[in-house]
Amino acid sequence: MTFNLTVAVIILVFLIIFQISKASEYVAILKGEEQNRKNTNKVNGFLMVSFLVLGLIGVWYCNSLLFGKTLLAHESASVQGERVDSMLWLTLSITGIVFIITQILLFWFAYKYQENDKRKVVYFAHSNKLEALWTGVPAIVLTVLVVIGLRNWSYFTSDAPKDAMVVEVTGKQFGWIFRYPGKDGVFGKKYYKNIDPATNSLGLIWRDSASLNLKDDPATHDDIVQEQTMYVVKGKPVKLIIGSRDVIHDVGLSQFRLKMDAVPGIPTTLWFTPKFTTSEMKKITNNPNFQYEISCDQMCGNGHYSMKGVIEVVEQEDYDLWMAKQKPLYFQSFPEKDPSAPKADSTVKAIAKN
Amino acid sequence: MSNEAALHHSVDVSTSHDTHGDGHMHHHHETFITKYVFSQDHKMIAKQFLITGMVWAVLGGLMSVLFRLQLGYPDSHFYWLEDILGKWWVKDGQITPEAYYALVTTHGTVLVFFVLTAGLSGTFANFLIPLQIGARDMASPFMNMLSYWFFFAASCVMLSSMFVETGPFSGGWTAYPPLSALGSASPGSKTGMDLWIVAMALFVVSSLLGGLNYIATILNMRTKGMSMTRLPLTIWALFFTAVLGVLSFPVLLSGFILLIFDRNFGTSFYLSDIFINGVGALPNEGGSAILFQHLFWFLGHPEVYIILLPAMGMVSEILSVNSRKPIFGYMAMIGSLFAIAILAFLVWAHHMFVTGLNPFLGSVFVLLTLLIAVPSAIKVFNWLTTLWRGNIRFTPAMMFAIGFVSLFISGGLTGIWLGNSALDIHLHDTYFVIAHFHIVMGVASMFGMFAGIYHWYPKMYGKHLNNTLGFIHFWITIAGAYLIFWPMHYEGLAGMPRRYYDYSNWESFKQFIDLNRFISTVAMIVFATQLLFLFNFFYSIFKGRKVTSRNPWQSNTLEWTTPIHPGHGNWVGEIPEVYRWPYDYGKDGVDFIPQTTPVGEEESHH
Repeated sequence: MTFNLTVAVIILVFLIIFQISKASEYVAILKGEEQNRKNTNKVNGFLMVSFLVLGLIGVWYCNSLLFGKTLLAHESASVQGERVDSMLWLTLSITGIVFIITQILLFWFAYKYQENDKRKVVYFAHSNKLEALWTGVPAIVLTVLVVIGLRNWSYFTSDAPKDAMVVEVTGKQFGWIFRYPGKDGVFGKKYYKNIDPATNSLGLIWRDSASLNLKDDPATHDDIVQEQTMYVVKGKPVKLIIGSRDVIHDVGLSQFRLKMDAVPGIPTTLWFTPKFTTSEMKKITNNPNFQYEISCDQMCGNGHYSMKGVIEVVEQEDYDLWMAKQKPLYFQSFPEKDPSAPKADSTVKAIAKN
Repeated sequence: MSNEAALHHSVDVSTSHDTHGDGHMHHHHETFITKYVFSQDHKMIAKQFLITGMVWAVLGGLMSVLFRLQLGYPDSHFYWLEDILGKWWVKDGQITPEAYYALVTTHGTVLVFFVLTAGLSGTFANFLIPLQIGARDMASPFMNMLSYWFFFAASCVMLSSMFVETGPFSGGWTAYPPLSALGSASPGSKTGMDLWIVAMALFVVSSLLGGLNYIATILNMRTKGMSMTRLPLTIWALFFTAVLGVLSFPVLLSGFILLIFDRNFGTSFYLSDIFINGVGALPNEGGSAILFQHLFWFLGHPEVYIILLPAMGMVSEILSVNSRKPIFGYMAMIGSLFAIAILAFLVWAHHMFVTGLNPFLGSVFVLLTLLIAVPSAIKVFNWLTTLWRGNIRFTPAMMFAIGFVSLFISGGLTGIWLGNSALDIHLHDTYFVIAHFHIVMGVASMFGMFAGIYHWYPKMYGKHLNNTLGFIHFWITIAGAYLIFWPMHYEGLAGMPRRYYDYSNWESFKQFIDLNRFISTVAMIVFATQLLFLFNFFYSIFKGRKVTSRNPWQSNTLEWTTPIHPGHGNWVGEIPEVYRWPYDYGKDGVDFIPQTTPVGEEESHH
């Protein structure tokens, strides 16, 4: 019903517009083309300058409406993000000034120099001075932006500090897997053909395999593997070693103002220093449901939009408490090796197996 | 001249009909098929490109309306859509994720390649090159015809991919592997992707046949006196466009061929270390998924300029004609086109800053990318100076040209943000990017295309478009374009990722639901307005006001010296000789001096 109604209204509007247009065409023929052009010229000239004024008001209004919903409304949640923000503000002011000046010139000229019988056109075909001016000035301004940009870029892409904690992030359709190196501080070797979605989601090498020519790597035995939620410490640099299990994904960290692709077969890295814990951010953003979300920013299939991870930023002591509760993934497949597991439990299992 | 000989036959025909006035063609030996279908007349081929492009523009636009429906109204149920489109596309009144991604992908592919490449440069290179340089037709009219029919075949294959059981390709128009290589990773990467690649390969052939022809024609077939520096800027722009296409499309094709091998013949160019849920580990090792991105963007970035340059050329011409003033800085305009064309090949990796690219390489690409802003700035200021102290006639073409400049400024400036890798690391693949490229490449080039259509329509059909409809079309479209894409910058500044089917589960992005609804509504209105333009276009072919003078815009260029209805061969009798550049407007107090007017002895020198 509403559909039919909408279609009817659209057709009606079209018909009205068409009739008006046809009428104006007849008027044009009656009055003569010259006269008609002069009349519409005035209207359009006026509309040009109106569009400019309304447009600039619109820009301001849009900003007042939407600014609070962007990340810029709050301080960046990472040390790196501060640099992104300050550079962003500088770029915004430069491009903003150019935007306003050029748009004003464009529409103002259009209005001011609309056709007029009395005006004599100036035959002005070129001027080396002017052209040098608007080659030189943009070049200089851009040099400034390039220099600032490259300094930040080399900082963002520099090696992580030595004391940084390291987390391995692996994307898969459609979720995230996080690995911590465990007590030994070393990530054990993995091989993708070893992957078993149920028990060994990363393909850690903890068994000898003659067919794949693999040897058990003891460093895997204490690796902690987590899905969906990653814990990091406030104020402590964290280095992510990013990979993918299937197609290309992207670790999007909008609150930290960073992102990096997850490419199968080619590990990438990214490091940052979180400034606020999750609970602090809840207060800063005034949103009790606030979460640091990892959004997949590279099209990865039909579930792309649901590929969400969560980062919990906590104080060191909370992190230690959480870490103490984690068990290496190894023990899931080899429960008998778990020293903390109560003896009785393992005997029950042994009996069950028998 | 060589083309004179080649087309001697049609020249004869034109002259023999001179008595009919305006050389209107009454080819008794030309059948419907040779005139309208397998035509070798560049003007007819141009119209074929244009109308096929329009069909795709409507389909591509309709797709965007459909996926905007999902984004704007994620909780609503449109049961009537289910009746129209079927259950694969719409389930329970809602667009399915598979359909959403297929729509996004096809919208991008079709708009970039079929509308803004074939529809834009295919139309205007074919139409304008022979007319403006003074040639009877293209260097090879037959190749030119083939170029269209390869495009037509590409269109058919692409269209057929919409109807396969597993759905059309849905991995984004950039078709990054492994997603695009593995049917097991996404149903859209099965038969749909095979058809997508075939369509794109045919398209590459089409654009190469066209491009080589354009280059050969411009270099070899200019009329007497038409030196390179007397060419209208449209021709310069189309020339660089063709060069870009000829040098970069083959690289894309090579990338696609490797992809075909990976998909069908078990090679590992792009594949390594992959485990697919439900399938298991794949045998491929040692490939690089990033290799494809290099090959893709080696075309992909020049492609942006393939889309933009023709629009720039036409806008330069139209601004000058309707300001009744010479284009400011003709040589600087050519120089900046040249600089853009060179730089276009040296910036592709700015699409790949966050792929793990070597940071030093990234730095080089930052520098080269931001360099493009310099020739772009030159162009903008030259256009502004062209308007300054002119005597502006607001024809619909002129208004779209002014709109183009406005959009090019708005979208170009955000390029300075994204080209700087340290900002791109934050804004990459967010709505900020969508806003940027839709404004600067999508809508701006569309405006260039509209400007071209409004301006050269009288030459194409011997009729005028309805001006009032043109004005309505312009004002709604420019206001709508800004209303749609301006607020998207803010979504991008919130980090909102592209290509999401639904944002309601995201604490960081769900605050924009009202805005998305607003954008979707405006998008529908703007789409409906384009139908108004289409109506104007087709209605005026038959019922439009007849063009009564050869030169309705009082323009200097050669196409306006042809009869109102030029036949195959364009000029009746000799091709006119050229004595001056095309921008003598308002010189020595004379409103306009066509290129065919010899330089007077008393004329001032500039």
